[in-house]
Amino acid sequence: MHAATDRIGASTAIQVADVSKTFDTAAVLHQLSLDVQAGELLALLGPSGSGKTTLLRIIAGLDHPDSGRIIFGGEDATGLPVQQRAVGFVFQHYALFKHLTVADNIAYGLNARERKRRPPKAEIKNRVGNLLDLVKLSGFASRYPSQLSGGQRQRVALARALAVEPRVLLLDEPFGALDAQVRKDLRRWLREIHDRTGQTTIFVTHDQDEALELSDRVAVLDKGRLQQVGTPDEVQEQPVSPTVLKFLGDAVEVSAVARDGGVEVNGRATPVQAPANSGRDLKLYVRPWQIRLTRPDDAHFVAIVQSSYRTQGRQRIEVEGPDRKPFVVESPDSVRFSVGEPVGLEIIGGYPFDAALR
Amino acid sequence: MSDRVVNAGLQPSVTPVRPPASVVTEQRGVRWLLIAIAIVFLALFLLLPLLTVIVEAFSKGLGAYAAALTEPDAVAALRLTLTVAAIAVPFNLVFGVVAAWAIAKFEFRGKNLLITLIDLPFSVSPVVSGLIYVLVFGTQGLLGPWLIDHNIQIIFAVPGIVLATIFVTFPFVARQLIPLMQEQGTLEEEAALTLGASGWHAFWTVTLPNIRWGLFYSVLLCNARAMGEFGAVSVVSGHIRGLTNTIPLHVEILYNEYNFVASFAVASLLAGLALVTLVIKSVLEWRYSADIAAGARRH
Ligand SMILES: Nc1ncnc2c1ncn2[C@@H]1O[C@H](COP(=O)(O)OP(=O)(O)OP(=O)(O)O)[C@@H](O)[C@H]1O
Ligand SMILES: [Mg+2]
Repeated sequence: MHAATDRIGASTAIQVADVSKTFDTAAVLHQLSLDVQAGELLALLGPSGSGKTTLLRIIAGLDHPDSGRIIFGGEDATGLPVQQRAVGFVFQHYALFKHLTVADNIAYGLNARERKRRPPKAEIKNRVGNLLDLVKLSGFASRYPSQLSGGQRQRVALARALAVEPRVLLLDEPFGALDAQVRKDLRRWLREIHDRTGQTTIFVTHDQDEALELSDRVAVLDKGRLQQVGTPDEVQEQPVSPTVLKFLGDAVEVSAVARDGGVEVNGRATPVQAPANSGRDLKLYVRPWQIRLTRPDDAHFVAIVQSSYRTQGRQRIEVEGPDRKPFVVESPDSVRFSVGEPVGLEIIGGYPFDAALR
Repeated sequence: MSDRVVNAGLQPSVTPVRPPASVVTEQRGVRWLLIAIAIVFLALFLLLPLLTVIVEAFSKGLGAYAAALTEPDAVAALRLTLTVAAIAVPFNLVFGVVAAWAIAKFEFRGKNLLITLIDLPFSVSPVVSGLIYVLVFGTQGLLGPWLIDHNIQIIFAVPGIVLATIFVTFPFVARQLIPLMQEQGTLEEEAALTLGASGWHAFWTVTLPNIRWGLFYSVLLCNARAMGEFGAVSVVSGHIRGLTNTIPLHVEILYNEYNFVASFAVASLLAGLALVTLVIKSVLEWRYSADIAAGARRH
């Protein structure tokens, strides 16, 4: 799918091994382990407060784990100071140096090197120019951060991080503070840059679409625990828990039972396979597109129409389901429904989990 | 007026537009009265004394003025004042930056105590500040015997004056910088560290530039106070002419000797310092108010 997918499986760039972190009394990360492959673009996805930033800061060396280790390319880096980790960190709120021009911001990491390792002035200038081209800000070299838009600042922050040729690029909700359209553009653009540079990248987001669209692999974090790591297809098709499933999109929860390897809802069979070694009682999670309107006689359950509207040749009907939560089903535009009318719903897919599982 | 009424009657949906009424309801007269009082007050209590100083200083002509300033004791006082400021201001600059840094960027026990302590010199009378040093370093004081044994003189000597001045001007820099640094947080420093900068390099290239105007501003005020301090210095000085007299003390001695011209001539130096400070301060406030006041972020 993505160019960089080929590189997966090459080698492990970063290993997070059994990392735990507690702030004051609140445990934020619980024995978390995660391998990041060289050259991949990994999305760290999780709800607010799940510990994403904390994990990223620990990898960067800005925070220290209470236990566990961080391994960079096979070498233990747990005790390594930030400066020597060679990570590029892009902060959610840019953290540009406001007293320096765009060019000086980008050159900062190179100028900060001790004299022996510092490239000559001409080369720094050259590199800054190339990076400005890369982030499409060539005309902006002598502007100050306060003279840039949010999206431009974020691109400067990225160029600044790339300038020191980091082993890994860490992006903390890089597009969090930007509006929807700019986000979309920057997303595509980040993917392009990644494909071009092959830079190992971890980026934090709490936006499922962003994670699924952009990344080679997604790591889903919840309450300081890693729930699942996999390609966007894997986490969508085989979510390991209801938590992951719900976090990746809307789903209707229906009580179901396992019978003869299949799943039954209200005594009627569905095309869904029962999960291996589960109990009799199941919870079936159904995405909106896995529900079809049907005659009440053939239905798995009946719901009440709350409202309906038409868009782009389809009819979207909001109904109230068995758990009294509203959800939307789509239907072709032929039949009209009125509010309060009961409709039959047929389940044509879904994700079954043991009812005891959260 | 009647016009508007008719209009309003014809178009009931359009409310007549009123001139934006001031939120403050005082009438013109009251406003002018208040302003006048303020101006008279300022003129009477600030401008008049300043003018008196100048007029008095030049009352016997330029020659007398110059003579008062070039007289050996006056020169010695000037030199001492500059010396004291040259030690006290850099000391408080360094201390202030270090304290503000520690308070703003780290969490540690006793932080609130430290903040309170920094404020202490502002809350006690300068005379008491001076007395504290007499009680600690004087011959009858805590360390007195030890100091005498080692032949070190602090009270009634330059070291005492320097110490008292440092104490009194302690809070200027720290108090100015703490809110400024707290407001700026550690994000930019962290960015610098991830880019490979050492802590030292990050301090010079990121922290310091971010606080430079606030720092300059506070050093200016600190310096004005250091040169003008009277109370605390008076207690520890001993008033030895040509040796332990600073300019403010010298002014007082001359005045007590009814040597008004010389007294006001020397005082005009302090008045001049005050004016220069005021001008630079205004320029800084006008030009860099956002960098000086915490809370006003530029981006
Ligand atoms: N310095 C700190 N001191 C105390 N608690 C902290 C600190 N930093 C983070 N926490 C706590 O750790 C938890 C995880 O925070 P973290 O910033 O890692 O979450 P996040 O997943 O990045 O959330 P968001 O999406 O809102 O940015 C939160 O409950 C937060 O309150
Ligand atoms: Mg965060």
